[in-house]
Amino acid sequence: MSAREKILQQIRLNKPEETELPKNIDFDSHYEDREAKFIESLSAIYTEVIVVPDLGALRTKVEELYGGVVNKASTIPALADWADFSLQVTDPHDLETIELAILEAEFGVAENGAIWISDNHLPHRVLPFITQNLAFVIPRNSIVSNMHEAYKVLKDTTGWGCFISGPSKTADIEQSLVIGAHGARSLVVFLVDHA
Amino acid sequence: MSKVTLDHASASDVFNADEPYVNWHDETLWFVRHKRDKSSKQLPEWEALRQTASDIKHYVLSHLDTLLETFERKAKENGVHVHWASTAAEHNEIVLGLLRKHNIDRMVKSKSMLTEECHMNDFLAKNGIEVIDTDLGERIVQLRNEPPSHIVLPAIHLKKQDIGVLFHEHLGTEEGATDPQYLTEAARQHLRDKFLTRRAALTGVNFAVAETGGFVVSTNEGNADMGAHLADIHIACMGFEKIIPKQEHLGVFLRLLARSATGQPITTYSSHFKKPREGQEMHIILLDNGRSTQLGREDFRNSLKCIRCGACMNTCPVYRRSGGHSYHNAVAGPIGSILAPNLDMTKNADLPFASTLCGSCSNVCPVKIDIHDQLYKWRQVLVKQGHVPKGKEIGIKAMSVVLSQPRFYQWSGKLGRAVMKAMPFVVNNSLNPWYKNREMPEPPQESFRDWYIRNRK
Repeated sequence: MSAREKILQQIRLNKPEETELPKNIDFDSHYEDREAKFIESLSAIYTEVIVVPDLGALRTKVEELYGGVVNKASTIPALADWADFSLQVTDPHDLETIELAILEAEFGVAENGAIWISDNHLPHRVLPFITQNLAFVIPRNSIVSNMHEAYKVLKDTTGWGCFISGPSKTADIEQSLVIGAHGARSLVVFLVDHA
Repeated sequence: MSKVTLDHASASDVFNADEPYVNWHDETLWFVRHKRDKSSKQLPEWEALRQTASDIKHYVLSHLDTLLETFERKAKENGVHVHWASTAAEHNEIVLGLLRKHNIDRMVKSKSMLTEECHMNDFLAKNGIEVIDTDLGERIVQLRNEPPSHIVLPAIHLKKQDIGVLFHEHLGTEEGATDPQYLTEAARQHLRDKFLTRRAALTGVNFAVAETGGFVVSTNEGNADMGAHLADIHIACMGFEKIIPKQEHLGVFLRLLARSATGQPITTYSSHFKKPREGQEMHIILLDNGRSTQLGREDFRNSLKCIRCGACMNTCPVYRRSGGHSYHNAVAGPIGSILAPNLDMTKNADLPFASTLCGSCSNVCPVKIDIHDQLYKWRQVLVKQGHVPKGKEIGIKAMSVVLSQPRFYQWSGKLGRAVMKAMPFVVNNSLNPWYKNREMPEPPQESFRDWYIRNRK
């Protein structure tokens, strides 16, 4: 008998009496001001949130903030000629030297500051992790209250996606928080009014 | 790896030799527990979430076979290879076989308690495969040649001075350097090179979703994603109880997991894998290793609801003062003590006794496992089946004789009080385990029973 058959047979023999799934899996904690809560959640994890009216203003702000940076990449068409690092590579290892990636993402979650990004918006899955510094651009009106709402919005049918909440971090040495473990050393989130 | 395994009490003795160190360990974990409290109290629906998570997991236990079949079908449709392993040995052989097929002898691995349970690194090393653990805490204990002492905080038993010495030796950091920022940066550089040069990556699984055939891996460091997205082959290993029915259920579990573990509202990365990227191979190994037996033990099956947050360890007064290694099991603490006897009753008979039965573990458990009740029930099973040392068994039987006969009990109490008063040295000596680290109390003048009879009139 294969391991599969053995395991399934043993489970059928030993499983408890059938129960039903809970009907309600949606709970409160809806925030009156979702944007304020989103900003609060992100500032607690060392992430700056910047509101800009449109993509033109985003461009101006980005030029102001990251003037001297080289090896910058972006998936935002309005920043295409600003970026100096092409994402048109076949081997993701070639992204190793990216200093800053400004990426279009989908939506944010107020309760924890998480932002959803997926294959839909990414030429390479490793991009938000391998870049030294990261910025997300999401529509200002895309913030949901909590994770229950997030999964209602999430109709993603792509092969991979991730909730990212803040820069990479660790506290594995004596519980001292250190920002920049293996992933991005910093995160900035741009909320765009009219994307 | 220690060669001689001490039982929990003996290992705790060693751990307790340095009192300031034990106090520090105790306070560090209590601090994490406190962060969990603060975080959970910000959600008015916390208790409802716990109950819902527990109920979903109960549904999972009662539908495990069909959920696993659905998951397998969906995962295959997504282009993922699904493997089944009955035992740890089968699991390890599957991993080895996949690596051999691709001529790979070096692999990066993110946190997976399952591979600890299977002693996979040792097995692969014996077969010429180098495994680099990429979670910072796990890399630290790997360089020290010891297992993690905590499932979420693998190096929580170490001081920064220990890590400074270790990194000076292995990573060439400055001698005497202990700054966590500096040490973490050194590890980042060291491990970045590994991510960029290894063709295989192994990850654990926090949740697998039957409905989509996908699985979620949570980290704060980003090491699971760095490994998986750069490697030609991604192997994800899970105990089959990690399955949940629907994607929307992740909303419940992701709200509970990080808050219970470290007090964060969510981990930095909650990565949802479904299909391999173009040109990549993705494999999932579903492991039993005694889980289907535990499923049949009515009193203990709820232990399979565990989502590995570690809250029960952080709150446990025994864990905090004895350290994870004293439990000689991949999963330590209260939850480890109810999982381990299922794997080997003889080797792990001491663990259900490593508890005060205070119940704090059950109170913080995000899926409401009745941990302390199960600890109590395991004790009975273990004594009945003859797995406890003779001394303990005789003691328990003597207690039973005394406590079941009121007259004998009264007489014993009187005798005890008289002896303690007249000859305190009989109990105040190192032969009496209760005398360790404490004075024996002054014997009372009379028993409560005598006092009650006298005062009732």
